[in-house]
Amino acid sequence: MIRFENVGVRYDGAAEPTLRGIDFEVPEGELVLLVGPSGVGKSTVLGAVSGLVPHFTGGTLGGRVTVAGRDTRTHKPRELADVVGTVGQDPLAHFVTDTVEDELAYGMESLGLAPEVMRRRVEETLDLLGLAGLRDRPIATLSGGQRQRVAIGSVLTPHPRVLVLDEPTSALDPAAAEEVLAVLQRLVHDLGTTVLMAEHRLERVVQYADRVVLLPAPGAAPVVGPPAEVMAVSPVCPPVVDLGRLAGWSPLPLTVRDARRRAEDLRELLAGAVAPVAGGRAKAEVPAAPVRASRRRSLFRRAAAPAPASVPGPVPVRETAPLAEIRSLTVRRARIEALRQVGLTLVPGETTALMGRNGAGKSTLLGALTGLVEPTAGTVRVLGATPHRTGPRELIRRVGLVPQDPRDLLYADTVAAECVAADQDADAEPGTCRALLAELLPGVTDDTHPRDLSEGQCLALALAVVLTARPPLLLLDEPTRGLDYAAKARLAAILRGLAAEGHAILLATHDVELAAEIAHRVVLLAEGEVIADGPTAEIVVSSPSFAPQVTKILAPQRWLTVTEVRETLDGRETLGERETLDEGEALGER
Amino acid sequence: MSDGSVLRCGGGAVAGRAPTGAPRGGRRALVHPGAWWLWALALGTAATRTTNPLLLALLIGVSGYVVATHRIATPAARSYAAFVKLGLAVLAVRLVFAVALGSPIPGSHVLLTLPEVPLPHWAQGIRLGGEVTAEALLFAAYDGLKLATLLICVGAANALAAPSRLLKSLPGALYETGVAVVVALTFAPHLIADVRRLRAARRLRGRPDRGLRGLLQVGLPVLEGALERSVALAAAMESRGYGRTATVPARVRRTTAALTLGGLLGVCAGTYGLLTAAGGTYGLPLLLAGVGAALAGLRLGGRRSLRTRYRPDPWGVRAWLVTGSGVAVAALLTLASVRDPEALHPGVVPLVAPGLPLWPAAAVLLGLLPALVVPQAPVSPRNPEEPSP
Repeated sequence: MIRFENVGVRYDGAAEPTLRGIDFEVPEGELVLLVGPSGVGKSTVLGAVSGLVPHFTGGTLGGRVTVAGRDTRTHKPRELADVVGTVGQDPLAHFVTDTVEDELAYGMESLGLAPEVMRRRVEETLDLLGLAGLRDRPIATLSGGQRQRVAIGSVLTPHPRVLVLDEPTSALDPAAAEEVLAVLQRLVHDLGTTVLMAEHRLERVVQYADRVVLLPAPGAAPVVGPPAEVMAVSPVCPPVVDLGRLAGWSPLPLTVRDARRRAEDLRELLAGAVAPVAGGRAKAEVPAAPVRASRRRSLFRRAAAPAPASVPGPVPVRETAPLAEIRSLTVRRARIEALRQVGLTLVPGETTALMGRNGAGKSTLLGALTGLVEPTAGTVRVLGATPHRTGPRELIRRVGLVPQDPRDLLYADTVAAECVAADQDADAEPGTCRALLAELLPGVTDDTHPRDLSEGQCLALALAVVLTARPPLLLLDEPTRGLDYAAKARLAAILRGLAAEGHAILLATHDVELAAEIAHRVVLLAEGEVIADGPTAEIVVSSPSFAPQVTKILAPQRWLTVTEVRETLDGRETLGERETLDEGEALGER
Repeated sequence: MSDGSVLRCGGGAVAGRAPTGAPRGGRRALVHPGAWWLWALALGTAATRTTNPLLLALLIGVSGYVVATHRIATPAARSYAAFVKLGLAVLAVRLVFAVALGSPIPGSHVLLTLPEVPLPHWAQGIRLGGEVTAEALLFAAYDGLKLATLLICVGAANALAAPSRLLKSLPGALYETGVAVVVALTFAPHLIADVRRLRAARRLRGRPDRGLRGLLQVGLPVLEGALERSVALAAAMESRGYGRTATVPARVRRTTAALTLGGLLGVCAGTYGLLTAAGGTYGLPLLLAGVGAALAGLRLGGRRSLRTRYRPDPWGVRAWLVTGSGVAVAALLTLASVRDPEALHPGVVPLVAPGLPLWPAAAVLLGLLPALVVPQAPVSPRNPEEPSP
């Protein structure tokens, strides 16, 4: 269906070609996943399928791309519109009309389909994607998952044989992502649509793929094969694969279900150990393991692996004076209650993850803490100040926020200028920001334009800018959007370090794996209300949509991340003989 | 998907809200959007025929009432309030100018005297400060109110039918231009949202987020963002088949070009003829021939476009009634302004209280007809169950 023959792409003015020697084929009716670290040219590959590369973006395309037998060199994107449907990263940028029904019809109108056909297909697509109730809604009022479904629907109505999707679930909460993936699954299974999709959040999508195309590094040849084989060598992989590699399972499991069936041995091996989260975990009961054994094990474990660097540090004592206090906060905007009677206390050294659906009020809560949103009722105090009545210069010494799009914070032409401006804004010693940046992001030159930085680098720069004023309270809104696993791991390490230095960190995120890795505490929001607030382990373990993969695999034991498991197992080996003995004992007790 | 046997998939959020056989109002306009625009613009035209504040107030009231009962629930409908504010601003600016720069209206009722700023001789004819008379103020107020009414009528058109829906009704040959205009129109709200977001971001950098300086400094990033978004949208449109054309025989293409160009020339020459005293004989026929040729050119040009229309809005009896009522108001007020200029343009020298001329007022009330003949939209599409982001 899609065939790449020795394709190379070089953009104008670029020293190196973005793609080189891309040679693979996507057979009809398969769901193919394109994976690789940031900046390897995944979007370029997708663009080449729809013909936007090079007709729209410029640059030179070498080799040949054919879609359904049409050569993209001779067919413009508009002439491929009836065989290829493309949805880009931001569905909002994709919409031409302003209501759902019109949007679904737009592509068919361009192709000149008969009115009766259009009418029938719109109705069918509304049902297929579960959009029937939204047909009259202005697109601006839809939630993220709904928008993504409308975007997919809008390219489905002309009945394309190929669907090209760039990060369809990255910006979505877990439930909305499931919604979108269920739709894709249906398209592939029931309608035989060929899907080519790039996605960073592999834990969400890899189990649906028939085949994976891995671009290991910029300019490197792609590795193509069944998901399990490619994942075994991939530099990016979801936790379930990571755990599989750790345990040496072959073939690698890709779904939680497969992994659970293989994990019996691992569960036994881990049975007695207390997961090394010192936080809520230690306080919480560990029902899986016998109490006596667990107590003893935890002593051993501490001796073997003292304070591993990869887990949240010790939980701060809650008795310390809170940095920020929110009491019965209500925010009403345009007659909608964005927040209702919310109470929250943040103490130094604690990392809190704020989770919940798109539109649950997470960003509003962060806005209230930074004074961007005025409370309708209730109080917000940050280090004794009321944020919305405090001047910006004062406020940044108390609280710093990295917004959803970190580029919003960056104005200057070069990294150096940005740092100088940040020092001035914060009245900090000249060079403070640059030093922070060197720590967070080594190897960025002074004259780089902030727009040329990758998502992860941008985030690091924005973080450095915010930290220049040394705010004890740090807020992050959706920090892992668009980050690959390596960038995410770096971010996690940075945040862990900041929490250890005594920062209170509040991050709004959909990323359960990140929350599991760094948060001491999770606050769940739904429809503007706090519905759960407690230690990470307790909250996420009990929730089907917020539980990380490792938790699901190793349940009923309470493990959160692969790193935890790895460190426990490493610690185990050093214990030597004693361990095997304990193992038998633990088995006997079960 | 091609057969009807598709199952409903897991979108639990929409369960129970599937439309039944009940007649739906929501998006499907009950009246052709063009009719609303003609109605509103006709009311605006009527407003330009008079400076009588009572009649103008009546016009605002009529359009406001219809908007209140028949507005649509799209983001564009919220622009009515913005247009009202704009109208008030125009009125205020007009008054301020009358106070500060004086006015050519001679008046004897001096309200206050501002210190006059002496200006150099090359600025003769311009006055800064000086006497402010009641007559001048009143004249400015009437004039400003006229403009404000016009603006409010345009706002009413926006609130009753989104301009984008109107552009859907353009002939095929003009469609692509229409889309460009729609995209440009939807950009304004996006720009405002961007400005808000970036000003908020300034606060996070510790810079003042209020005031003009703050606004100016976010200008460049906002424009950059707008440019990026338009490129992304253009890419999306391109890949969805925007601009696909059918191959038409060269003969048809040439005829189209000839008809369009000839038609435009005819329109120009005809208009010139009509406006000059000498061309009274050939002006009108030439103009009509030009319009005819241009329309034929457009129609033929539509063949190049492959586009079809999804559920076009029908032009029915209601549309005729709505348009008719607006046009009647405009025609009657025009007639009245010729017949009875005194009543429609109350004098300011000497100062008199404006009276309400009965017949023109009754004519304005004709504009309420749409409120009676068009049923109100049943429910607003706002859905309380699903939070908007």
